[in-house]
Amino acid sequence: MIANYGYKDGSGDFFIAIDTDRCNGCGDCVPACPAGVFAVGEDLHDPLSDKPVAKVVEEHRKKLKYSCGPCKPDRNRPPLPCVQVCKPLALAHSW
Amino acid sequence: MGATLVVQETKTLSTNKEFWRWKEYRWHDETLDWKGAGVVSAGVDIGSVSSQAVILLDGKLFAFSNQRTGFDSPESANQAIQWAMDGTGLTLRNIHYTVGTGYGRVNVPFADKAITEIACHARGGNFMYGPTVRTILDMGGQDCKAIRCDEKGKVEAFLMNDKCAAGTGRGMEVFADLLSVPIEEVGDLSLSVEQEPPPVSSTCVVFAKSEAAALLRAGWPKNKVLAAYCAAMAHRVVTLLERIEVRKDFAITGGIGKNSGVVKRLEKELGLEALKSPYDSQIAGALGAALFAYTLEVKRRSS
Repeated sequence: MIANYGYKDGSGDFFIAIDTDRCNGCGDCVPACPAGVFAVGEDLHDPLSDKPVAKVVEEHRKKLKYSCGPCKPDRNRPPLPCVQVCKPLALAHSW
Repeated sequence: MGATLVVQETKTLSTNKEFWRWKEYRWHDETLDWKGAGVVSAGVDIGSVSSQAVILLDGKLFAFSNQRTGFDSPESANQAIQWAMDGTGLTLRNIHYTVGTGYGRVNVPFADKAITEIACHARGGNFMYGPTVRTILDMGGQDCKAIRCDEKGKVEAFLMNDKCAAGTGRGMEVFADLLSVPIEEVGDLSLSVEQEPPPVSSTCVVFAKSEAAALLRAGWPKNKVLAAYCAAMAHRVVTLLERIEVRKDFAITGGIGKNSGVVKRLEKELGLEALKSPYDSQIAGALGAALFAYTLEVKRRSS
């Protein structure tokens, strides 16, 4: 499943897409993110599945633009630490 | 010497008609007898604006209720299930498994489990619209969800926006109130225009409301303003849907599924006709929850 966490408002679309089929629950993204955007746990949208997967924590979900801000400077943006650390390539940002 | 105070008779205020109010109702199948059922399962969807309760007998639809959510979620849940059971002779004790869903899902006091509205809408949509449905758009009271599912109603992709009123029932209620049009008439009235006007330019309900007020002052008739707003809402929602890739068949759940003005414009923009269901589009979440409750009870008995 492609889980899109985030929001759309007047200033734009801010979504992090997690592919839970690719995600292996390794949890590398959790410490890689300086803002603590991720957590690994039960897939709440697939109630009949036991596999733990990564998700965006509720605390950050509705302010992703600001949570991810420090990793997304206007110029010379380095590769995002969360995307880089994910070996199964399960993470993607919409902006 | 004192001035006599003259009290003028105050004008009696005309009854304040609440234009945003939609019909609350309940229904049950009088041909079915719950006493003969193996599994009685229930789903309760406590949304931020509306609440529904659905009761199934061995996975078959038996009863439901649809009403406005109060400020007390547990009380809304109790009222929803009681109203659904009204006249059937059922009591809470006879229900084997209940799943709570929606914004207030953790506040359903009698629920055995809470399951997210995304999972429940996919499951409920699959039941209501059939196994060909692949894309479900849920336009709820205060949020908007785009869900892609498989033939069994399992979620394959989703996106939820609950930060913004544009594309939600609340946004539509604001407009119905502004234009003094009962919300259940908004859809048909918006379609009565001769020519489709340009959509309102603002992506924000707050600014769209000011824009609409200006259009009214400029002489636009109500149906034209409504058409402009419905078009803007449909367009905004399409941008969300595109992010999860729309595949046919397509269906719309939630209250706005009953608004022909938004539905028709969405269909036009997507080039897809939305599937119709004999059931009320607002019960999809509670129905999915009741179906999960049925599965989980059967699983519990066989383990």
